[in-house]
Amino acid sequence: MATEEQSEGLVFHPMDQFIVKPLFGEAGDPVHWYTVTNVTLWLFLTVVAISLLLVMGTRGRAVIPSKIQSVAELSYGFIYKMVEDVAGKDAVRFFPYIFTVFMFIVMSNFLGLLPLAFTTTSHLAVTVLLALAVFFTVTIVGFVLHGAKFLGLFWVSAAPLPLRPILAIIEVISYFVRPVSHSIRLMGNMMAGHAVIKVFAAFAPLILLSGIGVLVTPLSILAISTIYALETLVAFIQAYVFTILTCVYLKDALHPSH
Amino acid sequence: MAEHTTEAAEAATHAAEGEHGVEAAAHGGGEAVGMPQLDFSSWPNQIFWLVIALVAIYLILSRIALPRIAAVLAERAGTVTNDIAAAEELKLKAQEAEEAYNKALADARAEANKIIGEAKAEIQAELDDANAKADAEIAAKTAESEKAIAEIRENALQSVEEVAKSTAAEIVAALGHDADKAAIDKAVDANLKGA
Repeated sequence: MATEEQSEGLVFHPMDQFIVKPLFGEAGDPVHWYTVTNVTLWLFLTVVAISLLLVMGTRGRAVIPSKIQSVAELSYGFIYKMVEDVAGKDAVRFFPYIFTVFMFIVMSNFLGLLPLAFTTTSHLAVTVLLALAVFFTVTIVGFVLHGAKFLGLFWVSAAPLPLRPILAIIEVISYFVRPVSHSIRLMGNMMAGHAVIKVFAAFAPLILLSGIGVLVTPLSILAISTIYALETLVAFIQAYVFTILTCVYLKDALHPSH
Repeated sequence: MAEHTTEAAEAATHAAEGEHGVEAAAHGGGEAVGMPQLDFSSWPNQIFWLVIALVAIYLILSRIALPRIAAVLAERAGTVTNDIAAAEELKLKAQEAEEAYNKALADARAEANKIIGEAKAEIQAELDDANAKADAEIAAKTAESEKAIAEIRENALQSVEEVAKSTAAEIVAALGHDADKAAIDKAVDANLKGA
């Protein structure tokens, strides 16, 4: 590929896994908005995996669930309870939306951990869109439900009067920073882990090239295994964090008073 | 670090060479150096397909998966509630059965006691009856015996009298006297009474 480049015989291109490229055709082909790319493939696989889990898995509608149905019910109950506990009972009507976000992120994260996979959630375009969708949903819901009173979110009535304008500015800034942190947190976590794995993977074949490889190769393989285990944890935790923050923001929209 | 910079530079050159055409150059060689995430030329593509995927997931979940799972969970909750109620009912029934059993046992015991009492009373009655009969018989026999004894005694006394009289007469005769029978009888009677 583009970074086919050797230094001391080792090949380093940890970021190549994130390159968006056309699925069909040659490597240098332009990527138009409609081009079927590796992103398309892995998004499609995500949809398929979610359908397998939540639609095919629950096909039996068994009172005593199968293993897959248990997982489907477990994820349903997990997010339902989260929405209810964090955002309140009246937030339950947003449950399908939040569940969609959670299932998409968690499934993309896990699929991205497969060898040779493309991790859609490691891309800023994807996480920014998700975060902005949450941001606009929350803002619009807030204004629709409470009108101008929604602005009370920025006016800390518990603080002394002289402090309130300053606090309001801080609150407004933090409100608009939300989608930034929301998106970069997910993308950064996913990207960093995958890149680190690739770096260690590049060290792994050193045993074929030099004597020091006797030491380096086992260490790098151990490091890959360890980071992979950590990444499995991170894959779930980041989906959880993204979802629970969505619930927290939604709570602000539904109950803007401090 | 210096090595890394060289790498990057080399990579950039390589990319410019490798990716023929102006298009790749316009991308700023983003595929080779830096983060592909910041190669904004791929954003429309990603966003387009992401929106399609999210809408698909949302429709699949909200139309099929979520109502189904909710129904299954509700059904399960109902089943569990029903089963608990049924178990409660069965428990009550078991308690009732135990009570009935205990009652039957107590009844049977009472009945048995009653029967035993009756049998005892019956036997007692029979025993008393037999005792009474035996007593009566014994009394009758005793009376009879006494009568017989009295008779025997009377006979014996009478015999004694007769023997005494005849003996006295014989003695008087032997003494050479012509005994007057009436006088002898009188004398013997007087002696017997005196004795």
